[in-house]
Amino acid sequence: MSESVYGLMARFGTPEEVVEATRRAREAGYKKMEAYSPFPIEELADILDFKPKIQYLVFIGGVLGALTGFALQYYASVIAYPLIIGGRPFNSWPAFIVVEFELTILFAGLTAVFGMLALNGFPHPYHPVFNGKDFNLVSRDKFFLVIESADPRFDRERTWAFLESLHPEEVTEVHP
Amino acid sequence: MAASTEPAEVPVLGPGQTYATVTDRITGVILTKETPRGWWIGFGIAFLVMMLMLFSLTVLFAKGIGIWGLDNTVAWGFAIINFVWWVGIGHAGTLISAILLLFRQEWRNSINRFAEAMTIFAVANAGLFPIIHTGRPWLAYWLFPYPSMFQLWPQFRSPLLWDVFAITTYVTISLLFWYVGLIPDFATLRDMADNKVVRRIYGIFALGWRGAARHWAQYSRASLLLAALATPLVVSVHSVVSFDFAVSSVPGWHTTFLPPYFVSGAIFSGFAMVLTLAIPIRKFFHMEDFITDRHLENMAKVMLATGLIVFYAYIMEVFFAWYSGNQYEEFMIYNRMTGPYAPFYWALIFFNGIVPQLLWFKKVRRTPWILFIISIGVNIGMWLERFIIVVTSLHREYLPSTWTYYAGTFWDWSLYIGTLGFFFSLIFLFLRVLPMINMFEMKELVHHLSHRGKEH
Repeated sequence: MSESVYGLMARFGTPEEVVEATRRAREAGYKKMEAYSPFPIEELADILDFKPKIQYLVFIGGVLGALTGFALQYYASVIAYPLIIGGRPFNSWPAFIVVEFELTILFAGLTAVFGMLALNGFPHPYHPVFNGKDFNLVSRDKFFLVIESADPRFDRERTWAFLESLHPEEVTEVHP
Repeated sequence: MAASTEPAEVPVLGPGQTYATVTDRITGVILTKETPRGWWIGFGIAFLVMMLMLFSLTVLFAKGIGIWGLDNTVAWGFAIINFVWWVGIGHAGTLISAILLLFRQEWRNSINRFAEAMTIFAVANAGLFPIIHTGRPWLAYWLFPYPSMFQLWPQFRSPLLWDVFAITTYVTISLLFWYVGLIPDFATLRDMADNKVVRRIYGIFALGWRGAARHWAQYSRASLLLAALATPLVVSVHSVVSFDFAVSSVPGWHTTFLPPYFVSGAIFSGFAMVLTLAIPIRKFFHMEDFITDRHLENMAKVMLATGLIVFYAYIMEVFFAWYSGNQYEEFMIYNRMTGPYAPFYWALIFFNGIVPQLLWFKKVRRTPWILFIISIGVNIGMWLERFIIVVTSLHREYLPSTWTYYAGTFWDWSLYIGTLGFFFSLIFLFLRVLPMINMFEMKELVHHLSHRGKEH
């Protein structure tokens, strides 16, 4: 029976309640859980001990963009098509700064967007929580805490009782 | 004390708004089968005007750019004027979505979405002009560096090529920034839609967003980084546009203050366009609770500040022409003020320099219809400014034997007006199918405001 359960879902009416509930669940030792909200709530990620890593990727993307920008212009102006313009050296790097800058921004920006999507696992059209009762309100005005059955401390009865003790609007089962 | 708390007297959000009302109000405009009659009329007119653009383009492709008013002396006519005008308008969207985000200006939340939409539509128009101005738009890919059969490479020391990179980067980043902001709102539309097909379509664009805390954390960080990247980008784009002029040796163009002058002019015209759009939209869709008088007032203040910088630049142009002691520079200013285009010059001084001084008065900033008229005036003034910059410098350059008089032909005007139709068609479509206000940021605002209420 419990194999067919993805987890237990508690619905809350306010952001304060879901933050408090997530904190309590964390203190109770649950690890495999996730909170869902209609807008970003910084405390939730802190409580779940989650730190975004996208900035490292963006930095690498930016450096790659700068290197690509310079390499492209160096290759075109020095190796592939050397042309004397106004007596300037072939490698007239001050004139290359603008394109280098633009490609830095372009690569970093593309990394920020596609890196964020990749790290979040998007596109991800199907997920068990979408089966949860009234979960479509998560993008409107409701807040959810889901404790997964994969958590070692998960026990249908006790976890249910624990979630009920957090005063949610409702606790329901989520099927995969 | 009273002075410092004064801005709070008009709130950034109407009273009594909750997470649910914000969502229902904004999705209600989209998820309904009833399209307002006014929408059809507005879209219909814009669509007809857009046909004028397609017709002008067809004639242009059939006959070539000889149908325009260009000649050897004034080789940069309407195409470049319109390019700079449209790019400039786009800049307000990025400013609102990126720079005001970094400065944590909460009032931006309700206007950033359609300001960003305006950016993308304006830049789409802007990008059109240099491509068709080349005369052979089907060869536009020659602008990009690629290993070609000719063994030719673009000239990386030219500002015109810098512009290619600046504009393509700007379009790409603006579009992605806009889409990233829309993902959670697509999820809302998916969850709110009753119609199965509609739900499916928005669901595809939502990519499976489910509001998980870990996703939000990654998402917020990425948005912040994008804003931090877009901020220097937007400054660089119009600086590079100004390099197209400043790096040449043409009188009136060859000055070092052109980049800041162009950037502030861009923000000035962009905010004017945001006001031109926001005032009727909020009235038509009854969004006064979200786009409050406070928003209009703040935008008016930005317009006043950037307008003063632009006015200062107009004065400095005259000063530099005199101070340089260069007779060509002196003649250029003299010709601007008294030559054949003098009425345009004085009109732009009136629209961009004199009329915005009314914004010093709170009463003016708080009266939407006056703001609307001023913003239209600024739109016209900024177009005239680009006309004056491009045409007066070129039509009487160094050699009097090349002097000429430039005027747009029918096809110049029809294409320009047609792009306005394209722009407004896209705006109307956007208002009907996408949330015009960023819902999750508005809910964040409701959350913050409720907290602030408790602390005091």
